[in-house]
Amino acid sequence: MAPLDTGIGAAVRRREDARFLTGRGTYTDDINRPGQAHAYILRSPHAHATIKKVDIKKAKSSPGVIAVYTGEDFKPINGVPCGWLVTGKNNKPMIEPKHPIIAEGKARHVGDPVAVVIAETKAEARDAAEKIDIDYGALPAVVDMKAALKGGGKSVHDAAPDNLCFDWELGDKAATDAAFAKAAHVTTLDLVNNRLVPNALEPRAAIGDYDKATGEHTLYTTSQNPHVIRLLMGAFVLGIPEHKLRVVSPDVGGGFGSKIYHYAEEALVTWAAKQLGRPVKWTADRSESFMSDAHGRDHVSHVELALDKDNKFLGFRFETLANMGAYLSTFAPCIPTYLHGTLLAGNYSTPAIHTNVKAVFTNTVPVDAYRGAGRPEATFMIERVIDKAARELKTDPAELRRKNYIKPEQFPYQTPVALMYDIGNYGATLDQVLKLSDPGGYAQRKAASKAKGKLRGRGIASYIEACGIAPSNVVGSLGARAGLYEAATVRVNPTGSVVVFTGSHSHGQGHETTFAQVVSSMLGIPMESIEISHGDTNRVPFGMGTYGSRSIAVGGTAIHNAVNKIIAKGKKIAAHMLEAAEADIEFKNGKFTVAGTDRSKAFGEIALAAYVPHKYPLETVEPGLDETAFYDPKNFTFPAGSYVCEVEVDPDTGVVEIQSFAAADDFGRIINPMIVEGQVHGGLAQGIGQALTEACVYDKNGQLQTGSFMDYCMPRAQDVPNFKVAHSVTACTHNPLGVKGCGEAGAIGAPPTVINAIVDALQEYGVEHIDMPATPHRVWKAIQDAKARKR
Amino acid sequence: MHNFEYHRAGSLADAASALKKAGEDGKLMAGGQTLIPTLKLRLAQPSAVIDLSGIKELASIKAGAGEVTIGAGATHAAVAASKDVQGKIKALADLAAHIGDRQVRHRGTIGGSLANNDPAADYPAAVLALGATIVTNQRKIAADEFFKGLFETALKPGEIITAVSFPAPEKAAYMKFANPASRFALVGVFVAKTKGGVRVAVTGAGESGVFRSAALEKALSGNFSAKAIEGVAMPAKGLNSDIHASAEYRAHLIGVMAKRAVAAAG
Ligand SMILES: Cc1cc2nc3c(=O)[nH]c(=O)nc-3n(C[C@H](O)[C@H](O)[C@H](O)COP(=O)(O)OP(=O)(O)OC[C@H]3O[C@@H](n4cnc5c(N)ncnc54)[C@H](O)[C@@H]3O)c2cc1C
Repeated sequence: MAPLDTGIGAAVRRREDARFLTGRGTYTDDINRPGQAHAYILRSPHAHATIKKVDIKKAKSSPGVIAVYTGEDFKPINGVPCGWLVTGKNNKPMIEPKHPIIAEGKARHVGDPVAVVIAETKAEARDAAEKIDIDYGALPAVVDMKAALKGGGKSVHDAAPDNLCFDWELGDKAATDAAFAKAAHVTTLDLVNNRLVPNALEPRAAIGDYDKATGEHTLYTTSQNPHVIRLLMGAFVLGIPEHKLRVVSPDVGGGFGSKIYHYAEEALVTWAAKQLGRPVKWTADRSESFMSDAHGRDHVSHVELALDKDNKFLGFRFETLANMGAYLSTFAPCIPTYLHGTLLAGNYSTPAIHTNVKAVFTNTVPVDAYRGAGRPEATFMIERVIDKAARELKTDPAELRRKNYIKPEQFPYQTPVALMYDIGNYGATLDQVLKLSDPGGYAQRKAASKAKGKLRGRGIASYIEACGIAPSNVVGSLGARAGLYEAATVRVNPTGSVVVFTGSHSHGQGHETTFAQVVSSMLGIPMESIEISHGDTNRVPFGMGTYGSRSIAVGGTAIHNAVNKIIAKGKKIAAHMLEAAEADIEFKNGKFTVAGTDRSKAFGEIALAAYVPHKYPLETVEPGLDETAFYDPKNFTFPAGSYVCEVEVDPDTGVVEIQSFAAADDFGRIINPMIVEGQVHGGLAQGIGQALTEACVYDKNGQLQTGSFMDYCMPRAQDVPNFKVAHSVTACTHNPLGVKGCGEAGAIGAPPTVINAIVDALQEYGVEHIDMPATPHRVWKAIQDAKARKR
Repeated sequence: MHNFEYHRAGSLADAASALKKAGEDGKLMAGGQTLIPTLKLRLAQPSAVIDLSGIKELASIKAGAGEVTIGAGATHAAVAASKDVQGKIKALADLAAHIGDRQVRHRGTIGGSLANNDPAADYPAAVLALGATIVTNQRKIAADEFFKGLFETALKPGEIITAVSFPAPEKAAYMKFANPASRFALVGVFVAKTKGGVRVAVTGAGESGVFRSAALEKALSGNFSAKAIEGVAMPAKGLNSDIHASAEYRAHLIGVMAKRAVAAAG
């Protein structure tokens, strides 16, 4: 490939940052359409209540009000669909209650929309909403999952009296039970994977626009996947055919999963714009985001690990309750199942694994994918129980892991939980992280901490991730209601510049840089000649969007394949122009050359010839240079790695400080090391947030107690250390770029690493486990409880 | 927020008469760091907002013999940066330097903080521990008389804080254990060795706001050292329990912060 400094492997600075850092981005809320009206959504203050009567009279006559809608108005309209059907034990399909745009008869979580006011200004809409009089009949709330499953007359949906959405299992139960029966040692652990609020910097927003003359709808929305929204909202909710519905996701300020889903507000503004003949805009404020963006995680699990007398893993057994919230968000059922159960082999060659997941409805905000999505929950269970086993067996936690790793020569490796890992070298990243984290100096550092009155601990964890969920026919058989390919169009302009249209939306990942590097390398042209276009269904051929660290592996490969089509066509044109056989044309460094000669045509000359086809093989080749590829991967990709963290605990206050953090990852081939490092840093910061600071808390009445940053603690710069990051490479075997993806790794590997370190620090008290977030209060309490037990 | 009349007062007298005219629903605004969020969340609906931030006389910081008088309108940043405060009561400058974030410190004022009397605010601990005097446009109020419970003070309707006068202590220090989310005080302890004796004020922890700890004061009176507090039991009764900290944890932290404060006071 071309020796350009903008090609694959170069640490090119992010092109998009110039506009983001100077405030010149265009986010959905920056867009204003002529004649635009504003929507304010009135949300339920109750976790669970019947809506007996809604009186909108006073609101309707409030200044500036254009319309007021309630659940009644949306009754004939479909609810927001779920994109994945999970089938449980005995072929029982999940229970899938309607998720109405505006609550019908019942509000099921604090924040459930109960009415909407559309007015000339947002303030007027809000003023009017205060005049809506709703007669609620408060119902007992379902909050705790264990209690929810007992039913007891408290159900979120009549269709699920005991609040069970599905009861799903994976793995060979008999074989796993047999493994436990012959185990020399069994380690068990009960743990919670804490519920998180995604908190993207940019709150969600949506503008509906309707052109009466053409009958075309346009939705501007903060989405990670505009085509998916077009499909879900157009086909399943509002019945608008694709050719009359354009979805635009302009600059989006972070998603972390929370902007994958089709939300009620999108359908609401699209529908209302047509009703009113005016554009309708809605922008969430932060308080609204807390109670309406899909939350993440929220599992309660029991974990068991069986080992033989040589400390080889014989079996893993898992029982998990997964919170779905009040309604099924777009991909909710898939997260604790196909993105979680299938990951439970981790990095280890354990012969028998069984998991049972019960998905539970509660009167809380819907729960769906959040950076990592199922995989952090899986990794946390595995890596915590292994750590506990190492302690019980008095063996080195790194070496216990190493002993049980799948060895490089075992790939491709079929796990007992459905996945086939193509390649990896877990020992290599373990060696790397150990080297980075100076185990030799640990005793001295621990002594130095002790001298300051602090307890030092060291934690290690390995992780595996499955990215680029695919192939479509397999996921289809598992219940996915969409394909999981990606599309790209590479359009070469007459003068040789290139526009790439990709379905992989960028909202922080740096696609505009990375994707351009791929094209720059392949075509041998500078980055400045390449534009990456995404986020508009009228421009991009199709796309499944950005989530699950799939962009480079799936979207990048689609671009790669489209570029190859361009090169193939270019060869035909060049052969004609150079009067040589097509088979003799080589393309290298931006030049088509007759092999073994100095006769060549530059890429730009071929582009011009394609659009000004004077000397051109018109009989056999169409003019133009514009190619599209759809790529459906053969398998997931499997990034993996190992992390080490050292913490200091202040036993007087329970405060935990991360002293060092080293991360060694294998992401396959790396396109832009700087962007990859940035993704690792961000993922680690979020993982540290989950481990130390973040907790979404509901009280027993279903009131959200952490509804603002006053109570919900995001990690701050001072909570995060300087990271030491390294990579090793085993190239993915089934995509041409050899890439795996890196977006979620940090958020997956960091939580168990940090918690393992904290538990290690608390060994003198005999603390065995601590739930996340390990806040000062919780750490202090764990110490007090352990002291009390000892007494 | 709802609509309201806005009046930017040019002088204290102007503010007082505007407030009187506005009646019950009038509201003073200093830095707006508490008031504006309250308005945005529609938790308050004043008919008129009288902005004090343009009144120069309120922003002054003056040092006298053995005391510092800080105008109600002095921002946290100004107090933190004041040579007079740093010289006479370093603990107070340090406290101000750790309120909120940079933006908040450059708008929020001591008068606003005290009038608001948030149970997790920092200044009330300093005012109470140092035995400061709150000066209003009508009278002087001793610290011990000023704080009346959660968000409640001795201020009467129409009364405007103009300054706070702090006697310089022999020794003093403030230790704050910040709520991890809000960074207000989960527990804040201000210890001061003053002419009138040792005073210890605790903020963030009490069910009814800032309070003096008789037990700690007694222990420190004889021996102003961290050791002296070692055995002092801190009862959890009367302390807050919430999602961030139990009353027991707060009680424990009062002891830890008090020790650290005494050690820091030297
Ligand atoms: C993000 C954030 C973080 C914060 N962190 C902290 C923290 O760590 N510690 C802490 O202590 N505080 C913190 N605060 C609060 C901050 O210190 C505020 O500035 C302070 O509480 C109010 O001061 P103000 O000047 O902004 O008052 P305003 O908001 O303008 O007014 C507050 C109240 O006081 C009244 N008032 C104002 N001035 C007078 C006066 N002269 N006489 C009588 N009444 C008056 C007003 O009518 C109003 O009721 C934080 C605030 C924010 C927004």
